[in-house]
This record gives sequence, structure tokens and C-alpha cells, in this order.
Amino acid sequence: MSCFLSNSSLGKKLVMSVTGCFLVLFILFHMSMNVTAIISPEGYNAICEFLGANWYALAGTVVLALGVLIHFLYAIILTLHNYKARGQQRYAVTVQEPGVAWASKNMLVLGFIVLVGLLLHLFNFWAKMQLVEILGQHTNSLGYSPADGAALIRYTFSQWYYVVIYLVWFAALWFHLTHGVWSMFQSVGWANDTWYPRLKCIANIVATIIFLGFAAVVLVYFLCPCMAGAC
Amino acid sequence: MNFTLKIWRQKDAKSKGAFETYKVENISADTSFLEMLDILNNDLVHQGKEPVAFDHDCREGICGMCSLHIDGQAHGPSQGATTCQIYMRKFKDGATITIEPWRSAAFPVIKDLVVNRSAYDQILQAGGFISVRTNSVPDANAVLIPKEDADEAMDAAACIGCGACAATCKNGSAMLFVAARVSSLAKLPQGRVEGARRAKAMVAKMDELGFGNCTNTGACQAECPKQISITHIARLNREFLSAKFKD
Repeated sequence: MSCFLSNSSLGKKLVMSVTGCFLVLFILFHMSMNVTAIISPEGYNAICEFLGANWYALAGTVVLALGVLIHFLYAIILTLHNYKARGQQRYAVTVQEPGVAWASKNMLVLGFIVLVGLLLHLFNFWAKMQLVEILGQHTNSLGYSPADGAALIRYTFSQWYYVVIYLVWFAALWFHLTHGVWSMFQSVGWANDTWYPRLKCIANIVATIIFLGFAAVVLVYFLCPCMAGAC
Repeated sequence: MNFTLKIWRQKDAKSKGAFETYKVENISADTSFLEMLDILNNDLVHQGKEPVAFDHDCREGICGMCSLHIDGQAHGPSQGATTCQIYMRKFKDGATITIEPWRSAAFPVIKDLVVNRSAYDQILQAGGFISVRTNSVPDANAVLIPKEDADEAMDAAACIGCGACAATCKNGSAMLFVAARVSSLAKLPQGRVEGARRAKAMVAKMDELGFGNCTNTGACQAECPKQISITHIARLNREFLSAKFKD
């Protein structure tokens, strides 16, 4: 089994599909949690307190990190192999084939943008929240309690450049998901001509909900900090 | 009609190729693309020059021999047609047309526009068949097949193995070809018996030959001259994964 998941092209695609599915489910959970910060900063902080550095949150973080790592490593392995398979001599003239989405041909680039955004996000939030608790400290470098997520959001998105960076990050994630969500069904064989339009529609809806959910938090905290409990 | 042709010329598999430019004049709009190349070659022969080598056979869109990447598209600008089914009326008078061979590591150039597509034959030999005893012809109604299944099997069997899928795919993946071959047999009771072995053997051979991994762009189905759908790729994924999980 391990052999086919690492040696076969279809096995590797299965790994991409399963890890991708896991990451989409996590992102949906994360987005739902973030939206709470708009409705009730206190409620959001209660969730942060509940998760914190408890064993279940730490176990979840480790599994999540593994999911990201495997998805990323397999993407690199598959892309390098694909580059080799394409041959050294490239076409002098190329056109965009009809019906082929731009995102589908740029998944690695989009994935890199998502990863760079993730690293920045870990620096901005994870390192000032869960990591602080793991280290047994009671305040982070900004002087906030590690469970005061709302204050951290307010501080981060009071700076316009972070708003721009995060919106670009969410846009890259949107493009990545519009192809990735329906593609994960195709890779495990759960698709056909009848379901392609439906799956692509579902992918667009999921990607858009995720984009709007995340973007709403950033924009509300940037444009109307009073609504988010700053005043 | 008059055209400027930018054609990839390459002496042999080991030589370095390059584009050369030719002019063809007074071409009828109803001339097929391959006939236009015949006219060019006729001129080249009369000038004592080496004619352009290109693959062709039936010239009816059936055999899968003709290839050619024309102006950035496998089999040229027509949808659902092979190179031999394209006519010069598809191009603007005075246009410059760029003609390249299939570009894929598994399809090395042999000469000019001719590539070696024997990799597809090797994949077929790995599992694209059924094992049956030869005997008298069975009654046509002895094995009943639902029409939907027969239709799907025939849609997949329309694949002519021309290589446009792998040549178009940005990953050099042969998945549409393998999927069509697996699907055309998997949907029929005669091919069902060896379904698991076939899917595993053909995918293993495809990987061994260095074809790339499918990333579901759908470019292959867009350029396939037989308009074979990627729904067959989904079936291949199902066939392969269920066979592997049963191991």
C-alpha cells in the first residue's frame, strides 16, 4: 500500500486529494471560527481559550502541519516529475485551450503564494497565541494574553499593508480552491460528465464562502474597528 | 491563398532542430493541410532540397497517424478533427503558420515533424486487451449489454491513439489515452473480467515510460480529435484505486 501511494502516479494523486480534502475542511472550520470575531469578540476569545495549548488542540496542530507538509511535498514531487515528462524542448507557440481554467494550470504558483501567506500568518498569530502558551508564557510580544485573539486581529489589521497582503493571500486561495475542490473528487474517481458542472459549481461556492468569510473579518476590523469591539 | 510556414526541421533524433521558413503560394482554400504540405514538399524536391518529414496514413481521421502542433494547438485550429481533416480555408490568407512536432519526453522526435509514439503501443501491450478462447462466433444476444454502457464503451473506443492528449498536456500525461483504453473495455462484460489487472498494468507501464501526472486541467479533452471526455479518467482512477485497495 505504502508503495503505491508513493510510487504510482495515481497513488500520489490520491494522497494530494485526501490531504487537500482535509485542508479544505480545516479551512472551513477556521473560517467559521474567524467569523465569530465579527459577531462577538468575546465569543471568539472564548474559542481561543478553549483551544489554546490543550492536548486536543496540540494534536490537531500536529496533524494539520503534517497535512500541509505532505500536500506541499507531494505537489513538489509531482510537479518536478511533470516538468521532466514535458521534455526539454517546449512549444514555440501555445494557446489557451477552450474550457481550461487558468487556476488549473497554475496550482503550484498559487500553492506557493498560499504557503508564503501561511508562514506570515503563523508569525502574526500562531507564534503570538498557541506558541506562547506552549512556552508557558502569559503574555505575547505585544503584551496581549495569548487567548486574546480579537485584540491580535484588531492590532494586525489596523495596518493597511497587512490588509492588502491578506486579501491577496485569500484571492490566491480562492483560485487554488476553485480547481482543487472539484479536482479532489476527480482524482478519487467520484466524478462524471453529469457531475462536472455540479462539482465545479460546488468548488466555486466553497471557495467564495471561504474567501468572503476570511475577507470579512479583515475588512471589518480594518474599516469598522468599533463594530469589532475596539470602541 | 498564400502562406508563410514556420516548420520545425530536425535531421534526426540526435541532432538539434530549428525552425525554417517557407512560402507556399496559390493554395486552394479547399486544399487539406496535409495536401498543402505535399505541395510544399513537391516544390522542395524540385528545388533539390530535403522534403519535410511528417506522419500521415489514412487521411480520413481514423488511423491516428497524423499529428502536428499547428499554431499552438494539437491538430490545429478545428475542434474534434485530426490534422488531415483541416482545410486551408480555416486560415487567413497571408497568415504565418507555425508547425511543430508533438513535444513530450515520451514522444522523442525522429525527424522533422515525426515523433516516436511507440510508448502508446507499449501501454496497450501491457493490458489493453481481453483474453478469450477463439471459437465460433457467439450469438449476438448471448451477452446482453445496456445501451448506456455500450455507448460509453464506444465513446472511449473512439480513441485513435494519436498522442494529442499527452502532447497537449502541460504535464506530458497520457491519462486520457490510458483512460479511454481502460474505459472502453471496463464498460463491457467481456473486458470486466480482467478490469483490475488491466488498470494496474497499464498505469504501471504509463508511469514506467515517464509520462507525467494528471492535474485535471482538461486540456486533453479540449484538444482530443475524438472529443473523449475526462469522465473516462475518473473511471480509470476508480478502477485503479479499487484494484489497489483489494490487493
